[in-house]
Amino acid sequence: MELLAFGKTGWGDELFIATLMTIAVSITAMIIGFFFALIFTPLKLSKNKFLNFIGNSYTTVIRGVPELLVIYLFFFGGTGAVMYVASIFGYNEYIEINAFVTGAFAIGIISGAYSTEVFRGAIQSIDKGQFEAAKTLGLNKFGQFFKIILPQTLRLAIPNLSNVWQITLKDTSLISVTGLVEIMRQSYIAAGSTRDPLFFYSFAAVLYLLLTFLSMKIINRLELKYSRGY
Amino acid sequence: MDLELMINSLPKLLSAALITLKLLSVSLIIGLFIGLFFAILRLNKSIFVNKFAYCYSYIFRGTPLLVQIFIIYFGLGQIEYLRSTFLWVILKEPYWCAIIAFALNTGAYTSEILRSAFQTIKPGIIEAGKSLGISSNIIFYKIQIPIAIRQSLPAYGNEIILMMKGTSLASTVTIMDLTGVAKYIISTTFKPVEVFIVAGSIYLFMTFIIHNLIKFLEKKYSFN
Repeated sequence: MELLAFGKTGWGDELFIATLMTIAVSITAMIIGFFFALIFTPLKLSKNKFLNFIGNSYTTVIRGVPELLVIYLFFFGGTGAVMYVASIFGYNEYIEINAFVTGAFAIGIISGAYSTEVFRGAIQSIDKGQFEAAKTLGLNKFGQFFKIILPQTLRLAIPNLSNVWQITLKDTSLISVTGLVEIMRQSYIAAGSTRDPLFFYSFAAVLYLLLTFLSMKIINRLELKYSRGY
Repeated sequence: MDLELMINSLPKLLSAALITLKLLSVSLIIGLFIGLFFAILRLNKSIFVNKFAYCYSYIFRGTPLLVQIFIIYFGLGQIEYLRSTFLWVILKEPYWCAIIAFALNTGAYTSEILRSAFQTIKPGIIEAGKSLGISSNIIFYKIQIPIAIRQSLPAYGNEIILMMKGTSLASTVTIMDLTGVAKYIISTTFKPVEVFIVAGSIYLFMTFIIHNLIKFLEKKYSFN
């Protein structure tokens, strides 16, 4: 227990901050993932073969390649890519991207692929009549989508999105290889300096369990909220 | 694009892919037995046994695989008692530590898949077996298990692919699997995109094969 004391003697405060970091990275990654889903879901549903191909390649490649490999691509290639883009605009200084951005982006792209699949499934399972009814009501395209289709999609998507969230939360442990100090990295540091890996890794496992448990509780509430009337 | 590097790294990555496949197949076989064992426990009527199996699957599904590998590889070595037993022969090898972690992890997911498959079997089928005078053991092995296996094939196929991606974590405990070798080549040549394309294609190819194999099995064992 002394090992977990707050302040200079223990690792309690470090691990607490690391837990907040894990939450922050997960949420950022999830939001980045939603943006990717927003772009790629229409592509996957599109009737145009070429657009369809792009959408399908994104989800197939990302879901078929290990997360760690994607993270290594971003970790080693991210700086190079950004500097290349900057050099086109005439900026040639060295650009350092911090571990948080790299990590959140890498995990975000992965979680985006899963979110895309979830949204595609949800939109496809909405009754055709609903689209027609929305048209008949004389709503414009935005109204149709935001007032009629989206609320129903959310209800269907939330249970599966909660799975995506769990996957994303667990995937953030992989960012520790890039040096971002989240739960896993902090445990690694603590285990190294106290020579007590069993305790710190087990404690990390407890922290992750706690996070998944709490997020399940919150998601169940959301699920109830969006299934009003069913 | 450095085509020469891509061609040169291909043989190295392919031989590393064999290690990935070895890790995958061994841990899947062990995991299947663990999964079946815990699925049967989950169906047990005793609350204690049931809760125990539930806790196992909850813990292994609720924590990242990386934590599990680190606990087994770095953590267990710390227990003095373990070092003096025969288990130490296994636990000092990173290869076996990774396999134990993978097998326990996939076992947890498999137990959930099998449990839900067992629960979807219609009671009428079991009753039909009973009315034919078949003993309950034979009903279990000859009727329930084959139906459950058929039922769980699609979900188990996904689990195999997830596990294949999971084996990439073996590279964190010094095993040179496909991801490990890819990382090594990236960090020595600083050509991440090229190596990613080659290694990623190998992974995708394996995913493709597994996907089609499961599809074939699903067709073969479909009911109609």
